[in-house]
Amino acid sequence: MNVNSNAYTYTFATVMVVLVAVLLAGASLGLKSKQENNVKQEKMQSILASVGVAVNRSEAQAAYDDVIKEVLTIQGGEVVSTDRETGFNVDMAGAIKAENMDREVPLYVANKGGETYYIIPLRGKGLWGPVWGFVSLESDGNTVVGANFGHKSETPGLGAEITTPMFTDQFPGKKISEAGLFQSISVVKKGTSAGDYMVDGISGGTITSNGVNDMLSDCLAPYAEYFKNI
Amino acid sequence: MSTEVKTKESLFSKKNQQLLKDPFNDNNPITVQVLGICSALAITVKLEPAIVMSLSVMFVLAAGNVIISLIRNLIPNRIRIIVQLVVVASLVILVDQFLKAFAYDVSKQLSVFVGLIITNCIIMGRFEAFALGNGPWKAFLDGIGNSIGYGVILIAVAFVRELLGSGQLLGAQIIPLSWYIDMDKGTGFYANNGFFLFPPMALIVVGMIIWAQRAKNTKLIEEN
Repeated sequence: MNVNSNAYTYTFATVMVVLVAVLLAGASLGLKSKQENNVKQEKMQSILASVGVAVNRSEAQAAYDDVIKEVLTIQGGEVVSTDRETGFNVDMAGAIKAENMDREVPLYVANKGGETYYIIPLRGKGLWGPVWGFVSLESDGNTVVGANFGHKSETPGLGAEITTPMFTDQFPGKKISEAGLFQSISVVKKGTSAGDYMVDGISGGTITSNGVNDMLSDCLAPYAEYFKNI
Repeated sequence: MSTEVKTKESLFSKKNQQLLKDPFNDNNPITVQVLGICSALAITVKLEPAIVMSLSVMFVLAAGNVIISLIRNLIPNRIRIIVQLVVVASLVILVDQFLKAFAYDVSKQLSVFVGLIITNCIIMGRFEAFALGNGPWKAFLDGIGNSIGYGVILIAVAFVRELLGSGQLLGAQIIPLSWYIDMDKGTGFYANNGFFLFPPMALIVVGMIIWAQRAKNTKLIEEN
């Protein structure tokens, strides 16, 4: 058999492509439900972490069902749905493309130790890819209880530091509005933050810090109208 | 028929041991062949991703080498590079999928770096230069040897960069916090060297490793 003939080359390429396609499609289909479950549990973990409930991934579902009392879907300051699944499954990447008041975004209402907390999902752009996170507010809808962030591919040691306590520990106690007027929380140059509406950014991670800054003002704004009426 | 082809070679004969040891020093993929530099820059800011990357490269290179070696007589010469690429790409995608399903936390740490394995020139280089012309066992040893040679340099660079750049190793604080300069209290004498967090410093560290290696191993010094 001539390994270098045209006919053999085409046959080899075709067989190879079909085999690899079957193998990869099989692996992808077979593992899909497991992967999606991991992503879902991780999201529950992050939601819980923003109100200071730390759980393993395997315990996430049970703790989530216990702590999160309501999942509201908000649009233009009005509740448009109270279905838990609808709220949880909102695709933030798609939702933030719409104008502030047109967005359908979820608001998680948690109850921990008798206190009510509101948890707001965030989504924005970092330097290399998307960044996201959750901010939790006290029952006044203004004072921050906690925040956590995630990212797809920010630079380790620089932008990726937004996930570390060094950055997130600055958020508790900050406020998002002043006398009913929405302010957001600005991420400013390291060492220059002052007052209730600013946190220090990451030195060397300026573009990621700016991304978090824009994400906060962009994603918190749609809820301001809702919180006015609680 | 020549008889020497038929003679059985022991699994760890001198020649086979050489396959494992050579890439460690005399023929190191990074410091001597200067391959795989791109990933050495990208992921050596911290020690942990560097270690996980080394292990993933070890799996992909060893498995890929064996697969290419097994089908080496079937591959049409004109499309051999494409075949190699398909083998690396499918292995990497499989690794990625399995990590996402069964080791989700590790897969999150590696994030984009798993995909970067495809572009690692060491892998294509070993397929082309070695696996296409040797049996599976030799190809396996060659893969392990080269990925160790790669991993050692990666870990060494990451060690230096994490220690001097962030004062930590594997995320644990090594430089005592009391050493750090504190402007308010006027104490301390130490500050992290932020330059180590940037890619150029990886090149400089690799350069220094090459320097030290050549000073010790005179075989590597060119004649002129």
